[in-house]
Amino acid sequence: MGLKPVLALATGMIVASFVALAEDSANLVIEGETIITTAPAPDHAENLDEVFSGWLFRSKETQALQLDDFDNPGFVFVDQGIDLFNAVDGSEGKSCAACHENVEDFAGLRTQMPRVVDGDLQTMEEQVNACRTERMGAEPWKYSGAQMTSMTALIGLQSRGLPMDVAIDGDAAPYWEKGKELYYTRVGQLDLACSNCHEANYGNMIRADNLSQGQINGFPTYRLKNAKLNSTHARFKGCMKNVRATPYAEGSAEFKALELYLASRGQGLAVETPSVRN
Amino acid sequence: MKRTITAVSVVFLGLSSAYADITAPNDVSFEDGAVELSVTGAGGNAETGRAVFLNRKQGNCLACHVNSDAADAPFHGDVGPSLDGAGDRWSEAELRGIVTNSKMTFEDTIMPAFYIEAGYNRPLEKFAGKSILSAGQVEDVVAYLLTLKE
Ligand code: HEC
Ligand code: HEC
Repeated sequence: MGLKPVLALATGMIVASFVALAEDSANLVIEGETIITTAPAPDHAENLDEVFSGWLFRSKETQALQLDDFDNPGFVFVDQGIDLFNAVDGSEGKSCAACHENVEDFAGLRTQMPRVVDGDLQTMEEQVNACRTERMGAEPWKYSGAQMTSMTALIGLQSRGLPMDVAIDGDAAPYWEKGKELYYTRVGQLDLACSNCHEANYGNMIRADNLSQGQINGFPTYRLKNAKLNSTHARFKGCMKNVRATPYAEGSAEFKALELYLASRGQGLAVETPSVRN
Repeated sequence: MKRTITAVSVVFLGLSSAYADITAPNDVSFEDGAVELSVTGAGGNAETGRAVFLNRKQGNCLACHVNSDAADAPFHGDVGPSLDGAGDRWSEAELRGIVTNSKMTFEDTIMPAFYIEAGYNRPLEKFAGKSILSAGQVEDVVAYLLTLKE
């Protein structure tokens, strides 16, 4: 290709990870547990053959931070999540632990979110705030604030290693259809859809970034760039701003639908929460 | 203070009157994707065009393209083809068409249209109704692309 050294190096890394994939040795092993980072694409992701975790597309250095929970900066926030889980808050004098004795009981929950409850699509963040306002008599947390992301990281971690498995039929179907439409709709002055980058160009470099499939199995994700946990909706917002589009609001019907659709595109990929990205 | 203001307005006047014959984005006419007439009515400056090409807030062309002539700038993307030899492969009118609105040459391309001002879906307010590049910048980039020979 005659590329510059820097690019050649990066391209070499992509090739290396896909070669490794072919040898079935690219799995992420954390604390002795193997996390599936690739799976056959689900039928409803009709333009993909395989699904890949965003972890595969990151540099060796960034990847390494996710291999050990002591190195993973996201765990500082998981620890804060444990404190919040046990903290009494609100008019009812309750903590999360008052109703949910053991946080480990949430194993499997992340794989099914977002989900339809009483006809409405519900995200993990909304479930947490529903407990806070309805059961604890406490103030809701900011959608992507530090308390919320610490809590969703703690709850998500209980499903680490389990494959994403959201429902997209029945009363979830209209939400899924809406999310799919948003995924393929071009927006902004640059006139790009999610699919332009994450479906048609994953594995390619866009400036210094190796484009991934934009999977959400690792969220909330710790980003080296802003040194905190980032929610899915904050990431969607960032990508929309990058194409110079007015983002939808965090927690909006649009982003919830998009989240369900993306979760379904990652069907079979293991939960990696809290993942590490650049 | 008064003096500075006068100086600034002189610069603005200078800018707006630099091109006698600007074609507004919506009035550009295409033929098989190509745009025959200069959108400023004048030739572009290749050196300025190179700067526009590299600038991340302007062309940011390296986001998607490798260009050996810009080997001094880091991180060339590979979403689009290498632009080495683009000045051999395409005529001036074709390059002007590709930069103005590449969708007229490549159907459904990922490459943004750099000189349109309408038809955006949910643009950020500060970009609404504005083209990414000005007419002068389009001509400068076209002049620069014509220098990319193999
Ligand atoms: C102009 C290209 C571009 C477009 C369009 C785009 N993204 Fe991204 N996106 C990126 C880049 C670059 C990254 C960081 C590298 C990566 O993970 O791909 C990223 C990362 C992501 C991630 C994080 C993946 C991970 O493993 O951490 C998600 C999720 C995502 N994008 C979703 C979306 C959604 C949803 C849309 C549409 C609303 C979208 N993107 C549109 C370029 C884009
Ligand atoms: C988001 C990605 C992207 C950006 C940014 C971009 N391009 Fe492109 N460009 C492409 C793609 C992809 C193609 C190939 C056409 C296709 O198949 O869609 C292309 C094709 C071209 C071609 C024809 C290449 C050849 O020789 O076949 C030229 C010339 C070109 N681009 C110039 C530019 C210039 C100049 C800029 C900046 C002002 C730019 N591009 C910005 C993606 C991009």
